[in-house]
Amino acid sequence: MALLELRGITRDFPGVRALDGVDLDLERGRIHALCGENGAGKSTLIKILSGYSPAGTYEGEIRLRGETVRFSGVADAERRGIAVIAQELALVPELSVAENLMLGREPVRRGFIRWTRLRAAAQDALARVGADFGVERPVRSLGVGQQQLVEIARALDKRSEILVLDEPTASLTERDARRLLALLRELAAKGVASLYVSHRLEEVFSVADRITVLRDGRAVASAPAAEWTPARVVAAMVGRPVSTLYPRPAPPLGGEAFSVEGWRVADPDRPGRFAVDGVSFAVRAGEILGIGGLMGSGRTALAASLFGAARSRVLGSLAIAGGERRPPFRAPSEAIAAGVALVSEDRKRYGLVAGASVLENLTLPTLGSYVRRGFLDDGARAEASRRQVEALSIRTPSLGARAADLSGGTQQKVVLGKWLLAKPRILLLDEPTRGIDVGGKAEIHGIVCRLAAEGAAIVLVSSDLPELLALSHRVLVLKQGRPAARLEGSAATPESVVAAATGSA
Amino acid sequence: MTSSRRSVPSWRALTLAGALLLIGAVFFVATHGTFASPRNLALLARQMSVTALLAVGMVLVIVTGEIDLSVGAMSGLLGAVATIASVNAGWPLAAAFPAALVLGAALGLAQGTLVARLHVPSFIVTLGGMLVFQGTLLGVTGGISISPGEAFLRVGQAYLGRAAGWALAGAAAAAFLVAAARVSGSSRARRIFFAAASVAFTALMNAYVGIPLPVLLLVAVAAAFSTIANHTAFGRRLYAIGGNREAALYSGVSIERHVSGVFTLMGLLCGAAGIVLTARVGSATSDAGRLMELDAIAAAVIGGTSLLGGRGTVWGALLGALVMASLDNGMSLMNTEPYWQPILKGAILVAAVAADVAGRRPAR
Repeated sequence: MALLELRGITRDFPGVRALDGVDLDLERGRIHALCGENGAGKSTLIKILSGYSPAGTYEGEIRLRGETVRFSGVADAERRGIAVIAQELALVPELSVAENLMLGREPVRRGFIRWTRLRAAAQDALARVGADFGVERPVRSLGVGQQQLVEIARALDKRSEILVLDEPTASLTERDARRLLALLRELAAKGVASLYVSHRLEEVFSVADRITVLRDGRAVASAPAAEWTPARVVAAMVGRPVSTLYPRPAPPLGGEAFSVEGWRVADPDRPGRFAVDGVSFAVRAGEILGIGGLMGSGRTALAASLFGAARSRVLGSLAIAGGERRPPFRAPSEAIAAGVALVSEDRKRYGLVAGASVLENLTLPTLGSYVRRGFLDDGARAEASRRQVEALSIRTPSLGARAADLSGGTQQKVVLGKWLLAKPRILLLDEPTRGIDVGGKAEIHGIVCRLAAEGAAIVLVSSDLPELLALSHRVLVLKQGRPAARLEGSAATPESVVAAATGSA
Repeated sequence: MTSSRRSVPSWRALTLAGALLLIGAVFFVATHGTFASPRNLALLARQMSVTALLAVGMVLVIVTGEIDLSVGAMSGLLGAVATIASVNAGWPLAAAFPAALVLGAALGLAQGTLVARLHVPSFIVTLGGMLVFQGTLLGVTGGISISPGEAFLRVGQAYLGRAAGWALAGAAAAAFLVAAARVSGSSRARRIFFAAASVAFTALMNAYVGIPLPVLLLVAVAAAFSTIANHTAFGRRLYAIGGNREAALYSGVSIERHVSGVFTLMGLLCGAAGIVLTARVGSATSDAGRLMELDAIAAAVIGGTSLLGGRGTVWGALLGALVMASLDNGMSLMNTEPYWQPILKGAILVAAVAADVAGRRPAR
């Protein structure tokens, strides 16, 4: 008998059946991978499993150790040993690692926190996931990968028997991701049952005992991992065989579109140090320049600073379309005026106004261009938005739908779409496919290649090595803010990028 | 993925209209019909005009994710400035009124600049501003109330003649109907509703002696601000800033300019509200406008404006101001002890937001 059994789980939203009779088993000491495109129902299923959608919101049955359970909420599910590592980190940035780990169950005597015990318990919890940073540090000073480890340590510390991980490696570097997967195997050996949701098929295959594919709310296939191949998983996810995952970009055509010299960005968290230190490069029209490197190597700081959005001092010079060299942009509005656009790694924070409609989001950067005699031309805005929704096949019920209600891949297309309306000559992409499923990724890759073919100069930052290598004409690898390697053609391989990024060459 | 939240605004408008009808019905019965008499409704409309003028601007400030606590004190001060300029200095109204408006805009710009450029939270800047304006008001009036002249008072107390009222209403209704013919769906229904509302409102006001001038001013200002909010790049960017400041910045929106701008507009409205207030009350006093900022904020919030920013409408704020004024007016008619007014208003404010929060909680 499985530790946890889901039977016939069905969930309806107005107009949509998100889940349709899904069966799923989690067994002790086993890792069960759940794959599916955005909107396939993975998040909905996780919400039910974690008690976020309490009993009564769905049909079907959850059996824990053979007994039917009806979770009244997240706390109830946690009490019964189910812990969820969410896609979005749920930590309090201003509190220390220790406080975050023990939040809600601080050791207390007569109303006062016992700090020594709290710190000791936190240290134990961190040690269990193999992390070694100080528990006194505020969480905001940690990198995303480290924060993820804190999140996992917290879940494990609640003596959970069942671990649900939703895209845990989406923002991790290769090394952190490998460490996380090793940790999962260790936990499995100790009897923990895991449900592992990921878009990264190599990871799924390296760690899973069993793979289930969801499509359109149905579990279309479920089998031991050994019976699957990556190509079959992808075919099951999209419902059709996918021959090539990556389009090949056409060779660059134009002259120099964008060049950067002696670029340095002060590190806002460490005074006197530089997050980006002495980077120079040039991109031609139609060219895709890949920026590789580990988390914290300065890639994001580079992209943000090129766009005039750095929070610290930026030195160096840039030139657009072979024009005069000029100092860095002081605000995004300057960069936009010069034809530069940035699709940021964190679309929730920098990309979208979540509560506003698709139309409002799409037309935000170009709002000034719809003004006729002082007033906005709503017809022109709707028309431009409609065209963009069609061109990028943005799956939204209407132009008035709230951005927050769309799936991750669709949201990212809205962010891309709003910039395409600005017709940028230089497009900075920072992790454009983070947290997006295979089908959505392929669509975004196609769009990126098309833009390059149309003459845009593209700077692509990506942690996804296959993506980075397939799309980029050239790759610049950063290590601790400095250029570590420039790779081109056959010299650009996963091994050479990792070697340069880690300095192990 | 899909959700029913798109229906929230209409749900919201319906509950608000329902609440207003309920309040009206209770007062109608309790006052044996006096509450709904044309005379009282005209009075009510005049009573709400000052708060509503401020609430209209407050919506935009709050939508941007800011707050302005200084509007009451600033209105009092600007009303006094206009009075002193016309009475003591002998300026014509054509100079005194613009002076108050320009001064208001300048004070608003100063506060907005402190917020936008120096990143001092608006709560603090305008709290400080409130105290400064209160003190200045006491200083310039010397603690004595100053009565403006006849022409000045007309701004707050005169009525538009019946014929002029009908002419205006007819023009407005015609304009709305022409606009309705060019669109379809819910925007058409809304325009037809506005056409009907302008005729009905004029009929109601003309049943007494005509449309009160301050109410006419209010309608014009509300229409202008609603247009700014919905149909200008400036307005839509305010919503974007309030909805997600960083995303707006990354989209090339200048936060500084827009925040300064919205406080400047608010200051301008304080000038108008101050003049109307002084004219309606009949004198500039040293405590004029006190606590009106809270009524304005309450009206905006009851009207559906989210204090988190990014959401709110000018027309909602008008309804909110009407709710607040109805409570004051109705209870006065019923001769309830005055202390009940703030108690009931406070309870209604919290209840309105509680109902809103309950209504938008997703069924998960």
